[in-house]
Amino acid sequence: MSSIVVRVKQKQIAQLIAKGKRLDGRGLTDYREIKVEQGVIERAEGSARVLLGMTEVMVGIKIEIGQPYPDTPNEGVLTVNAELVPLASPTFEPGPPDENSIELARVVDRGIRESKAIDLEKLCVEPGKKVFIVFVDVYVLNHDGNLIDASALAAIAALLNTKMFKYEIEEGEVKIKPGHTPLPIRKRPIAVTFAKISDKLVVDPWLEEEQIMDARLTMTTDDDGNICAIQKGGSGCFTQKQVLEAAKIAKEKAEEIRKKLKW
Amino acid sequence: MSQKLEKLIDKKGLRLDGRKLDELRSIKIEVGALSNADGSAYIQQGKNKILAAVYGPKELHPKHLALPDRMVLRCRYHMAPFSVQERKSPAPSRREIELSKVIREALEPSIFIEYYPRTSIDLFIEVLQADGGTRCASITAASLALADAGIPMRDLVASCAAGKVDDTIVLDLMDTEDKVGTADVPVALMPNLNAITLLQMDGILTLEEFEKAVNLALEGCRKIYTMQKETLKAKYIGVKEVEE
Repeated sequence: MSSIVVRVKQKQIAQLIAKGKRLDGRGLTDYREIKVEQGVIERAEGSARVLLGMTEVMVGIKIEIGQPYPDTPNEGVLTVNAELVPLASPTFEPGPPDENSIELARVVDRGIRESKAIDLEKLCVEPGKKVFIVFVDVYVLNHDGNLIDASALAAIAALLNTKMFKYEIEEGEVKIKPGHTPLPIRKRPIAVTFAKISDKLVVDPWLEEEQIMDARLTMTTDDDGNICAIQKGGSGCFTQKQVLEAAKIAKEKAEEIRKKLKW
Repeated sequence: MSQKLEKLIDKKGLRLDGRKLDELRSIKIEVGALSNADGSAYIQQGKNKILAAVYGPKELHPKHLALPDRMVLRCRYHMAPFSVQERKSPAPSRREIELSKVIREALEPSIFIEYYPRTSIDLFIEVLQADGGTRCASITAASLALADAGIPMRDLVASCAAGKVDDTIVLDLMDTEDKVGTADVPVALMPNLNAITLLQMDGILTLEEFEKAVNLALEGCRKIYTMQKETLKAKYIGVKEVEE
């Protein structure tokens, strides 16, 4: 980490950004190449694989029948979990989720939940007793920076691809019928993450930029251009101007990225 | 729930607890509330009752986590089982782990962490009663606890949330407003440096509403900052008088 070559490179990255350039040739608000593949795991009800440069994230959706939360008896349940799989990076360790994977899962969750992307009321089978539970499992396969954007994109791509089994109720029991219906999706929230380096905002930081960034800011916007989730990370700070500027860029970038989703 | 039908803002523009749209809840802060800690603070903001304690700088255990060029700030945000309506399990929830992280990252920019290499500061926050906006009140109290511990700081961190309730942007949401409202934007600020150290949001806001909410929350932070400074001054002026 602190080898001389790395230090020299880090200094160069920061100096270039101060001049409005980036080491990999991108502009400050350019994304790396984005590839979205929907429907990659047949066993899952929905799935997607996203490549953001060399960052790779897979999301699988499983749907089960379970109990609703007592305060929302007429709504299905959304559960997001993220695994920083040890094969994805030398810095990921096996074991229970650490604060980074919990934060990742909760930021992805917030985007989907707050934008009301899934019509959860349509996932109610029997009010107060039986509802569908949608498990969104984020699986990070290769870590080259900006896991939040890759995971959030993979999650919504997988949800758009999700097929629910048909069912009927016989004597209070749920019986699965042949055939599928799509999951009721209303919105496509897209997360856009900024890193603050040399007092400038750069979009879609890769790993080496993340290692030298002062702070991180994620803004998630929905199809109507409304902001539905924000998360600041890292031990630096932002000015009011930077925050408002980020909100505008996030909206524009999200519109571009949304075109990559098949719906 | 029948509460949803209830109007949160009346015709006069007053909220459930009689506050104006841009009015903070009543805040009571006490510095040095705990004798064992190196620094501590207690805050009451509305019905929120929160204790924050600082231990350190001290040697870091386990030692391999120590950093050669800076101090490590560790933070634990925790809610008491009796702090909410339904008993909360004392085991740390995913929410508490995330909040511990964002609170740490909101305070870290204010500390000269490079002054204390190879050491750690442990910051413990206990929410004794929760009434909405606990992360903000926690940051306000924790920053005072750090100052009380005599840690060199760039500025105090003051924190406050704004949100959207009944289609209106309001300051400092209490529990009911937080639950029924449609957006919540917690913000933390180092007012002298104009640096935002915490920013989160959930809910739905247009760009214009977001700008309005951030500006309102920043205004709230500045008001809280004044109270923080007064509280600190009051304590240390008191010390001087006793010595004389």
